[in-house]
Amino acid sequence: MASPGKASVSDSHVGKKKKPPARYWQEETDGEKKGAEDGGRAAEEEPRTQKPKQEEHQRDGKRFISGKSDPFPGPAPIPEDRLQKFKRKEKTKKHRRQHYKLRDIITRSEEASEMAQKQAARFDILLPEDAGFLEGDEEEDTYTISQEDIADAVDITSGAKYFNLKLSQFGPYRVDYSKTGRHLLLGGRRGHVACVDWQSKQLMCEINVMESINDVKWLHSETMYAVAQKKWLHIYDSNGIELHCIRKFNDVLRMQFLPYHFLLATASASSFLKYLDVSVGKEVTAICTKTGRLDVMCQNPHNAIIHLGHPNGTVTLWSPNQKEALVKMLCHQGGVRSVTVDKSGTYMVTSGMDKKLKVYDIRALKPLQSYFLPAGASCLSLSQRGLLSATTGDVVQVYKDVCNTPVTKPYMAHRVRGTAWGLSFCPFEDVLGVGHGDGFTSMLVPGAGEPNFDGLDANPYRSAKQRQEWEVKALLEKIQPELISLDPCELGQVDQATFQQRHQDRVQALGFDPLAKEKFVPKYKKKGRSSTGNVEKRKRQVAHEDQRDIIKQTVEDKMKMEKERKNREKKKAKLSGSRSALDRFKN
Amino acid sequence: MKVKVLSRNPDDYVRETKLDIQRVPRNYDPTLHPFEVNREYTRALNATKLERVFAKPFLASLDGHKDGVNCMAKHAKSLSKLLSGSCDGELKVWDLTKHECVRTLQAHEGFVRGIVVRFCGTSFFTAGDDKTIKQWKMESPGYGEEEEPLNTILGKTVFTGLDHHQKDGVFATCGQQVDIWDEQRSSPIRSFTWGVDSFSAVRFNPVETELLASCASDRSIVLYDMRESAPLKKVIMTMRSNTVCWNPMEAYYFTCSNEDYNLYTYDMRFLDRPITVHMDHVSAVLDVDYSPTGKEFVSASFDKTIRIFPKDGGRSREVYHTKRMQHVICVKWSADNKFILSGSDEMNIRLWKANAAEKLGVLTPREKVAVNYSQKLKEKFQHHPQIRRIAHHRHLPKSIFHQTKELRVMKEARRRKERNVRKHSRPGAVPVVSEKEKHVVTVVK
Repeated sequence: MASPGKASVSDSHVGKKKKPPARYWQEETDGEKKGAEDGGRAAEEEPRTQKPKQEEHQRDGKRFISGKSDPFPGPAPIPEDRLQKFKRKEKTKKHRRQHYKLRDIITRSEEASEMAQKQAARFDILLPEDAGFLEGDEEEDTYTISQEDIADAVDITSGAKYFNLKLSQFGPYRVDYSKTGRHLLLGGRRGHVACVDWQSKQLMCEINVMESINDVKWLHSETMYAVAQKKWLHIYDSNGIELHCIRKFNDVLRMQFLPYHFLLATASASSFLKYLDVSVGKEVTAICTKTGRLDVMCQNPHNAIIHLGHPNGTVTLWSPNQKEALVKMLCHQGGVRSVTVDKSGTYMVTSGMDKKLKVYDIRALKPLQSYFLPAGASCLSLSQRGLLSATTGDVVQVYKDVCNTPVTKPYMAHRVRGTAWGLSFCPFEDVLGVGHGDGFTSMLVPGAGEPNFDGLDANPYRSAKQRQEWEVKALLEKIQPELISLDPCELGQVDQATFQQRHQDRVQALGFDPLAKEKFVPKYKKKGRSSTGNVEKRKRQVAHEDQRDIIKQTVEDKMKMEKERKNREKKKAKLSGSRSALDRFKN
Repeated sequence: MKVKVLSRNPDDYVRETKLDIQRVPRNYDPTLHPFEVNREYTRALNATKLERVFAKPFLASLDGHKDGVNCMAKHAKSLSKLLSGSCDGELKVWDLTKHECVRTLQAHEGFVRGIVVRFCGTSFFTAGDDKTIKQWKMESPGYGEEEEPLNTILGKTVFTGLDHHQKDGVFATCGQQVDIWDEQRSSPIRSFTWGVDSFSAVRFNPVETELLASCASDRSIVLYDMRESAPLKKVIMTMRSNTVCWNPMEAYYFTCSNEDYNLYTYDMRFLDRPITVHMDHVSAVLDVDYSPTGKEFVSASFDKTIRIFPKDGGRSREVYHTKRMQHVICVKWSADNKFILSGSDEMNIRLWKANAAEKLGVLTPREKVAVNYSQKLKEKFQHHPQIRRIAHHRHLPKSIFHQTKELRVMKEARRRKERNVRKHSRPGAVPVVSEKEKHVVTVVK
């Protein structure tokens, strides 16, 4: 704004120029008194001229009163890949003949889900942590970098996550991390069980079960764990007190815990796959797989299907609802040594006695990659972010992106002091736990863990109270074992089974047709003409009368269509005029 | 070498002091939340089960009448007031929050046939079997004063129903004819007849306030415009309608309760067929009242039950009954959309919740969120067989259960017979008549 002094100067040569109103600090002079009068009128006029302009700016939504335009108009754009991450399903196709109410419902629900998707994608930008990484200098391969170097380079707390436990007496060790990644369970072959809060290096309990141990597994929380001992399955609490000895589960070799179903799946030497519901303590199913000793096992975290590896080179997929395998895949020439499935349920990695490491797409059941490892991998494990670790003897190798692109070099390598027996990535941490003959080694693997956890699902920093609350919630929404199937989203889809299909299933289940009419058997009568046999004959004449019309109609329609089609083809041939060389012999 | 390892500062994830609430960092990545659908389904199943567990609709019974409750009226301004008239001519005013009677007066000799509160809420009208219409003050008389009506009109015939205009000092009665009265006059300003000997109910339209609907004993529903001298039109059905109620939100719809166990929702403009036929009662339907939202209505029946229907649904969503409740004669939906009041033969007025499983009282924000979430889940999975079975299950008295079954068998038999007749007669001689068209005889203008 021009100062009032200037205005008084300018009005000398331009008579019509408007003046700003006189303010209280101005000295009153004769010349300006007149000006003030003018100014009063001008002040009245000014808003009148300015108002429409202002409205115009606001209507644009781009310009402010100051005249500047908004450099970032509209809502902030969301990157497409982030949106894609939260996409649940494709849009449903709208049929023209759909009922208007249904169409409205679909449109509204799609709008709602789209908004939710956008909000989630926006929120994704705000997540606090980034994933770790490891990059070598020029010409330096990352696998040459030793654990000591990494531990020195990173901060102290992270450096402390690389450590060795020398337990040479009772080894080799199986390893299991709890779902939050906070607690570590070690089970020595010769009976030693220890659970450790591994980040604070606090020992929770340490016992010797005085029996050989085949496998150890945390149950849903860090208060309980299962130990597969020489004969039976035992459950201990975190103080090392034996809670249960489950004699129905004998000779268990491997175990898997399905956290959302509260099921403990066990594979035994007697080729039984058994499911134990740990919330009620009942055996859900026992499946005799008839494939010999079951010592290779893993679960698909995406759909809770159990994968078993067999000595004849096949991998079989099991659900508790079916006595036969869902899928049998021949994966290797020799026996299968280890199987693992990634978090999204897309890839399965297997290693076999034929020293090969193979990657399969288990949604399409097709092989993707095949690698040859000189010594063959005995244990495999996939991390949350898709790093694959494989042990060959006492060497632990970590690979990156094995699933999509052929890999020649490992991402990291490390030699432990004994033959590795147990291998597991720690969830939500860049740590790989290796149990071996000489104890346990916790390795740093940058980029392995999911950086941002969900506090309501698995919170590493939860308090006891929070854990109790989570436990109640989780038990309330325990998924029934009947819902385990290859496609976990099946429940959300429309059941397209027709009446006929359902009827067929029912007939198969019952063994007879419940809707079938009894077949007519004419009474054996010797006299009388209107015998029941004749009645039946007459009945047959008019049987299915209502359907006959329809059948006749459809047959006629079909014939008509066929005729029309032929006619059209003939005409087409005529019109096209593509005469072949032999056409001149036609007439 | 460049390296970064995940290293979280615990201070970012743990609360600072014990007085704080716990921190819950979220990550909505779908891969971190497997089995989404299955878990939602389980939640929906639990919510449905809990809804059935908490479904305790009966709140209170208001007793005090010495004869069957024949009619009720809501107060126009106050939520807690209810007026009820019984078959011995007694009228009671109730305080619903305290569940007690605050005033009793002998309004008529014989039945109290109709009660209506004036739109201002300061007075109310009653009509009775003694051929009188009385206007009373809403305030109870002071100490030592006698209960006396403000105004008494002596009619020539018995009145069977009464309703008041929404804005003006005009009311309508029905009996042998439909009369429109001015509050200031002692004779009707207009009388409508259409060759009918008696009417059972009359109702003003809440939006188009000059329109009326009435149920006549010749099985017809007649529509009137107060400004005209003759009735507008009528629809004659196969059986008699007992009462009629306008939808307060979409006031071109009205619902009538019929003697043939059904309720019919009509569009005022197209009377030739009802919009919806509401079936489920197993005896004559005696009264109907809409919720103030216009989405649902409640019906009272001679079969000793109350049912709640969605306005566009053919089947009821809820049925209320108790061992002691006899034939329900009148029913009202409270103006706050939360309660239902029913008056029945055995002299009691009962207070029910409109949503059987709803928690009454103030809800905390978390409770509200949880209720909304479970409501949405139930809606999402409502068609799954397991959930539908639980949500639809209602325990019914033995007699009603068996009667329902019997009716179903009868209906099926009738349908089968008709089909057979159609099969064995000339094509087109026995046309297919839809359920909606079956019950309408004719429309007269």
